[in-house]
Amino acid sequence: MSEPILQLNDVKTHFPITRGFLVKRHIGTVKAVDGVNLTVRRGEVLGLVGESGCGKSTLARTILQLVPTTGGTVVLNGRNLATSSARELLAARRDLQMVFQDPYASLNPRMTVFATLAEPLLVHRVCAPADVAARVAELMRLVGLAPRFMQKYPHEFSGGQRQRIAIARALALEPKVIVADEPVSALDVSIQAQILNLLAQLTKKMNLTLIFIAHDLSVVKHISDRVAVMYLGKIVELGLAADVIERPRHPYTRALVSAIPTPNPDTERTRQRIVLAGDPPSPINPPAGCAFHPRCAYAQAQCKLAAPPLVDDGPTREVACVRLADLP
Amino acid sequence: MRARAIRDSANGLTRASTPAPLKPTAVPLLNVQDLRTHFHTRNGIYRAVDGVSFSVERGETLGIVGESGSGKSVTCYSIMGLIPQPPGRIVSGTALFDGIDLLNCSPRQARSIRGKRVSMIFQDPMTSLNPFLRVSEQIIEPLLIHENISRPDALERALTMLEAVGINDAAKRIHYYPHEFSGGMRQRVMIAMALITKPELLIADEPTTALDVTVQAQILELIGKMQRELGMAVIFITHDLGVVSGLCDRVQVMYAGRIVETADTRTLFKTPRHPYTRALQRSIPALQSKGAELYTIPGLPPDVSKNIPGCAFAPRCEFATDLCTAANPELVAIDATHAQACLRVQANETLACS
Ligand SMILES: Nc1ncnc2c1ncn2[C@@H]1O[C@H](COP(=O)(O)OP(=O)(O)OP(=O)(O)O)[C@@H](O)[C@H]1O
Ligand SMILES: Nc1ncnc2c1ncn2[C@@H]1O[C@H](COP(=O)(O)OP(=O)(O)OP(=O)(O)O)[C@@H](O)[C@H]1O
Ligand code: SF4
Ligand code: SF4
Ligand SMILES: [Mg+2]
Ligand SMILES: [Mg+2]
Repeated sequence: MSEPILQLNDVKTHFPITRGFLVKRHIGTVKAVDGVNLTVRRGEVLGLVGESGCGKSTLARTILQLVPTTGGTVVLNGRNLATSSARELLAARRDLQMVFQDPYASLNPRMTVFATLAEPLLVHRVCAPADVAARVAELMRLVGLAPRFMQKYPHEFSGGQRQRIAIARALALEPKVIVADEPVSALDVSIQAQILNLLAQLTKKMNLTLIFIAHDLSVVKHISDRVAVMYLGKIVELGLAADVIERPRHPYTRALVSAIPTPNPDTERTRQRIVLAGDPPSPINPPAGCAFHPRCAYAQAQCKLAAPPLVDDGPTREVACVRLADLP
Repeated sequence: MRARAIRDSANGLTRASTPAPLKPTAVPLLNVQDLRTHFHTRNGIYRAVDGVSFSVERGETLGIVGESGSGKSVTCYSIMGLIPQPPGRIVSGTALFDGIDLLNCSPRQARSIRGKRVSMIFQDPMTSLNPFLRVSEQIIEPLLIHENISRPDALERALTMLEAVGINDAAKRIHYYPHEFSGGMRQRVMIAMALITKPELLIADEPTTALDVTVQAQILELIGKMQRELGMAVIFITHDLGVVSGLCDRVQVMYAGRIVETADTRTLFKTPRHPYTRALQRSIPALQSKGAELYTIPGLPPDVSKNIPGCAFAPRCEFATDLCTAANPELVAIDATHAQACLRVQANETLACS
């Protein structure tokens, strides 16, 4: 097995909620990421899934140090990014890139595609100014965009085309680790397949490490080696991709998997779903003990006592549920 | 009386008046004919939508799928009057909504329909929410404009709607700014904004792409409920063919600014005829084995600023012959509910996949 490239130790990212214009009042804290431990190995694809608002994007931004960590360490290649200086971070950025969830907000509307893709090449001096145009064209072809679009601005593209520009920009520096936040959810299935093939190829050929956030579990299963399932700021299940999605263990993962829509009009309309009772919990006021207990079909009194830690469930899986042994 | 009716519908989902009939009527709710929307750019005329015709019945759910950049969003923006002009221009077409042509009516008529009787959920939540305004102000805005309603009543309705789309702690969060929400929550705020006026037609442009499958199921259920109770019709744009198969009555497939196939959902999944639809279906990851290289359509989308002779899919189509570039394909009906635009299929040839 290859060496670890990224290690998260008890990572916490909390947001204070303040109100008031002149006098700021502190009215609560959102514990968006609350104690995440994770080791990612070189060349691995880790899928990250979970309910909307459970902290996936915040975890991604924390890894890149785009938000300050409240606690814990983020270790990339032996260096703790959480305590690195701005200069060290800039150097680390070359190895660590992110594709953002909202491509429109992350692309500069006043820069053409050419300028957007040339910028990192020039800033980090990875190619001679004379070769920039050829490299930009190559990057565009890589993500399925015709180089003839080079002089267009972001608003002149469709949603899926913008997403591909964002992916091309992340690839420009040939980073070692890419954190991709829903990189393919805005793409049609053929382009989606093309990007997935490309990412899979890069992980094999260039030993690229990929953290892949997505809601489409069939996509996650396809591309990932392992999958981590988050619920309210914590990882609740971690294991091999096919295992977790085909034989989920944690009650939340089971509900999630049962809701996957299938592309077949006959079975899709009669399919049995585990409908989660109650509302998604509030990260400001999380339920005591296991945060999933108000909605869990297996919950008992013991579940409200303490947050269950991730424990081994066989050699390749970890699950955070106190009633693991009693589950069917 | 008005306030009463609103309080009666405290769950936000029932209309005080009788719901509209669900069965198809002779005149469709929306009828789009020969819509052409072009963009005039430095690099030439971009034919984003080029001769699109379709209709939507009351209560019906129409899915639009297709290539990224094929004009799905531009079709809907055209109907909503949201094409920036310039560079955009609606070159031809009509869009009759309940008898009123949205593309050629007076601004006053348009205002009384758009945002009230027809509403839209946008693909990019962050670009359509104002970052400087609290979510509460943005949600009640359509109510204050279109309904004679007091602020407290509007806020009350907004709260109910936010709860219906699954935002927990809605009473507190309604006063947040958009950046304090997660991607999926912003998308749900947009959904709440679009549904709050109880529209007769909802245009949903990839409304659930940022949502996890359980919340997605909840939103689809909410939309379904509003359809049953209010007879709301829905145009649903998505890339998720799983969602299409569960939700839509009918599906139309777009490629390079045109509709290339349209059919009832079951037929489209069971017996797609157009080569592009068939290739699209072959690309679905769920139907392919894990880890293997996924099937993709070779080549790049066509340059719609050039005049494309014949079938726009020809350069990428494994069945293309000289016939395909000789004539312009039109949508031709195979039977009452199924039409497609492949010249070779229309010539009754059988196209067997390699
Ligand atoms: N303001 C604009 N100026 C120039 N071209 C534009 C503009 N808006 C859209 N286009 C072009 O029109 C075409 C259709 O875009 P549209 O957004 O409708 O695609 P789409 O089918 O919704 O794709 P996606 O699935 O990626 O969202 C695209 O090729 C796009 O580049
Ligand atoms: N800048 C911020 N200020 C306050 N709260 C925030 C901020 N950013 C995120 N949050 C909150 O942190 C929580 C986690 O948000 P995050 O964006 O990480 O979720 P997510 O898992 O990516 O969800 P989605 O799938 O919807 O994108 C949410 O409750 C969100 O409201
Ligand atoms: S700890 Fe209890 S509440 Fe939490 S998932 Fe397990 S059984 Fe359910
Ligand atoms: S008309 Fe020809 S090129 Fe077009 S889809 Fe049919 S076979 Fe393919
Ligand atoms: Mg997110
Ligand atoms: Mg679009």
